[in-house]
Amino acid sequence: MTQGPRRLPAAADRVGPRSAKTVTVSLDGGTVTGLAGQTIAGVLLGSGVLSWRRTSTTGAPRGVFCGIGVCFDCIITVNGDRDVRACQRRAADGDVLTSQHDLLPARRPAGYNSAGDQ
Amino acid sequence: MSGDVCPDVVVIGAGVVGAACARALSMAGLTVTVLDRGATAGGTTAAGEGNLLVSDKAPGDELRLAQFSLGLWPGLVDQAVAELGPDFPSIEYHRKGGLVVATAAAGAGPLLAFAAVQAAAGVDATPISPAAALRLEPDLNPAVAAAVHYPQDAQVQPVIAAQAMLALARRRGAEVRQGAAVTGPLLGAGGRLTGVMTNRGPMSCGAVVLAAGPWSGEVAATLRVRLPVRPRRGMVLVTTRMPQRVFHKVYDADYVGAVESGEANLQTSSVVESTAAGTVLIGSSRQQIGFDSRLRVEVLRELAAKAIALFPFLAGASVMRAYGGFRPFMPDHLPVIGADHRLPGLFHATGHEGAGIGLSTGTAELVTAAVTGAESPIDAAAFLADRPTLRPYLAAA
Amino acid sequence: MRQVLIVGAGPAGLAAATAARAAGAGVTLLDAADQLGGQYWRHLPAQRAATPEMAAEDSSADESPAGAGLLQHGRRRFQRLRAALEADQQCLIRTSSQVWAIERTGDGRPAVHMLEGPPDGRDRRRSVLTPDALILATGAHDRTLPFPGWDLPGVFSGGAAQALAKGERVAVGHRVVVAGAGPFLLPVAESVSSTGAAVVGVFEASHRTRLAAGWLTRPWKLAWELAGAGAGAKLGELAGYAGNQLRRRIPYRTGMAVVAAHGIDRVEAVTVARVDSNWSPVSGTQRRISADAVCVSHGFTPRLELAIAAGCALNPDRFVQVDADGRTSVPTVFAAGEITGIGGADAALAQGAVAGHCAAGGSVADPAVAAAVRSRARLRGFASRIERAHGIGAGWTDWLVPDTLICRCEDVSYRALGDSAAATAATGLRSVKLSSRAGLGICQGRICGRTVEELLADRGRAAGLAAGLDGASVDNRPIVSPIRMSELAAQVSAQPPGPSPTQSPEAPREEC
Repeated sequence: MTQGPRRLPAAADRVGPRSAKTVTVSLDGGTVTGLAGQTIAGVLLGSGVLSWRRTSTTGAPRGVFCGIGVCFDCIITVNGDRDVRACQRRAADGDVLTSQHDLLPARRPAGYNSAGDQ
Repeated sequence: MSGDVCPDVVVIGAGVVGAACARALSMAGLTVTVLDRGATAGGTTAAGEGNLLVSDKAPGDELRLAQFSLGLWPGLVDQAVAELGPDFPSIEYHRKGGLVVATAAAGAGPLLAFAAVQAAAGVDATPISPAAALRLEPDLNPAVAAAVHYPQDAQVQPVIAAQAMLALARRRGAEVRQGAAVTGPLLGAGGRLTGVMTNRGPMSCGAVVLAAGPWSGEVAATLRVRLPVRPRRGMVLVTTRMPQRVFHKVYDADYVGAVESGEANLQTSSVVESTAAGTVLIGSSRQQIGFDSRLRVEVLRELAAKAIALFPFLAGASVMRAYGGFRPFMPDHLPVIGADHRLPGLFHATGHEGAGIGLSTGTAELVTAAVTGAESPIDAAAFLADRPTLRPYLAAA
Repeated sequence: MRQVLIVGAGPAGLAAATAARAAGAGVTLLDAADQLGGQYWRHLPAQRAATPEMAAEDSSADESPAGAGLLQHGRRRFQRLRAALEADQQCLIRTSSQVWAIERTGDGRPAVHMLEGPPDGRDRRRSVLTPDALILATGAHDRTLPFPGWDLPGVFSGGAAQALAKGERVAVGHRVVVAGAGPFLLPVAESVSSTGAAVVGVFEASHRTRLAAGWLTRPWKLAWELAGAGAGAKLGELAGYAGNQLRRRIPYRTGMAVVAAHGIDRVEAVTVARVDSNWSPVSGTQRRISADAVCVSHGFTPRLELAIAAGCALNPDRFVQVDADGRTSVPTVFAAGEITGIGGADAALAQGAVAGHCAAGGSVADPAVAAAVRSRARLRGFASRIERAHGIGAGWTDWLVPDTLICRCEDVSYRALGDSAAATAATGLRSVKLSSRAGLGICQGRICGRTVEELLADRGRAAGLAAGLDGASVDNRPIVSPIRMSELAAQVSAQPPGPSPTQSPEAPREEC
């Protein structure tokens, strides 16, 4: 089965959005292309990228969930600014996107950490 | 409510101080019932940062209690791990140490002088060079005028600490009743307090420990005793999770002045630390505005500005939450611990203001000694309600 | 001139702005998005506007051509509202404006703190407005119940599927399952279908009998609503959807739920099962369906943060309590739309019109709002009927397994939440949140909050305790949207340019 999200080609779209300029962004060093006016999530999903963040505790992948700025699952670092909701921010040409995998501070033994005692 | 059994002690308040008292009293072999009009660990305990500090305390009675209390925490943590098992959430006790910095040259002298008198009182207060401070905290503002390292300062997750102490008390037969509000005293011969009336009926007991934090004044009034505990509001900012860049409790030297102050007006000073969850907590403000929980943006603004002055990288951090709590403020800046001289049978364990998490363990030992008639582990006279500095406030009204 | 500030530019906010202007007030209309319309009238950005929209600008046809019609309900109405407000000098529209806090000031007027700039930006401009009246029209978001695998990429809320279809023309997958409960599933399926994806099924958890009870106990009323021009369109819309579903041969199944999503790092299949009338899965009815996306919505949660921050009382159903004027318990604050009850766009338009008129100083008895008042009355029962037909059944927790995540932000599983609550014997929301971390993550409990609360209430009931003992609420978020420390630290030195909503003697005010 062909899998995953994609942007509709304008020619095949009954709603027929007027063609737009492309925007090119980088994601962790790779290049992703979308259309001007798309959100970062729209650009990534439209290019078949389904997830771009890993959770802190389990390392599970995450992408868009709520799609309307509520769940913060889709956060990504944009030009050095952390925690930007990809579903809310419009992509700008040249945006440097960095996926986030924020690890927790080093785990401690059950109950307490006496590292400061040393 | 099985009010038929008469416990040795009723503890009013299931916050961290009440929980500590319940644990210590039950470890002393007494039967304990804890009453809370709300839920456990849901008031001031849930609105603090979990500070176990000696660094902010000047030599004196509170510092003695803090030093005594601090020494009790590792034993408590070990006991919780041993008895409550791995499924119990971690107390997150972390002796991370405090780093107090003066960010302006004018603050250097007072900070170092303060550290010197603290050191004379037995506090591990080590002046370090700005370069050494930057080794401890590489992202600290390099414009540090002076710094003092306090390796004894520690942090806990206060709600889990309180729940652990309640669980340890429960294992020794204590009972915790939520949604149980005290409405009046039960008085015996000679006016002795022999129990409390609650919204669920009367409850007789041998002794009553009042540990209701900032609401202690209200509860005392229902017991017909005046206790000048007032709420002082504190706000804390919480950032989103980020890679760890703050490793100690770091605060500016102004904090000491704010803690010691009786000023009602807003005071802020910056206290910055990271948590086990990867968030950064930014405190803390002090403002006497009664039980007014409305958000005040100016308070948040000051906290943010001062935190950025300590750690410039925080400018780009996102604040996702602000929480405020009411701290039990005493007019003479000392908690009230021990027997009430006016109402036999009533014992106090309140008025710790912003230090109640750290002081809870020691307070509980003093209360237990007072209730059982044992010798107090440290001199407790300074904490009694009839101390000279508190008397004027007891007489009023 | 009396100054009215409106937060939220969906149907309720647009109608409120229009009515407030008609009643003679100056209006400032804020929205966090960079376009007007809200979730309901979400549309393609100007850079790639839809062809039918372009055509519709010059057309007298009330709906755009086939295909777009269902994506953009009542589109002409939106365009008329927007055009009139944009042309109005006394209506200041401030998009990309995120309200992040509301303070209650001494004189009773709310101080509305906002940030203008790109979402989650770093240098957004901070300002504070103190209007004579504030209208909150902040809407609602999907409530999605947890199920095993719901955290896999490829699981979307219904709102996400719609937003991606309407605003991006992005298909969430090739073979898409739509599931949950409520009339909203139908437009979700329609949206997904419009992106060229195959909707392999719509699974509505409510049983046909319950749907009938909710929707059809008063057939005469239904007919009246269908007959009512404009205001009754909601139900006409539903009939339209049903017809379309049949035409497109999208299977619509009632009494069934998605009870698990499967895959490694992405959805590859879902398990659907029959559920009983209480939404508990019926054993032996599980069926696996190959799919690369699933869109799930079990209802809506009102966005109450600003109303709570402003001090507005909630009603027992936990929506903002309003009187006939649309006024909340705070005299200077009004509310309209989904935060007052999930009633759909037509109800929101009517409520917005009344609230806007009254906030501007008008009376609900004025002829200017007679039509809106009638329309609002007609639609009043809508929310309770949706709840009766589609309300969440308590048996849904039976599809949870110990590893199912409850809190997506903090990776807190059903087991971990239960273990933490059991170990601490805590029933208070604050204590359970702080000891399990459920609800403490970056979404601040918007997704899991009500679920945590309900799971906790079950425990509390078992212990004979009332809910809400510690007075905590998952809906209380004084910081409404994350704000950068640098933005927070900035002094707000002056009022922003443009017609200022603040006309009071002390204006322009600085920080309070």
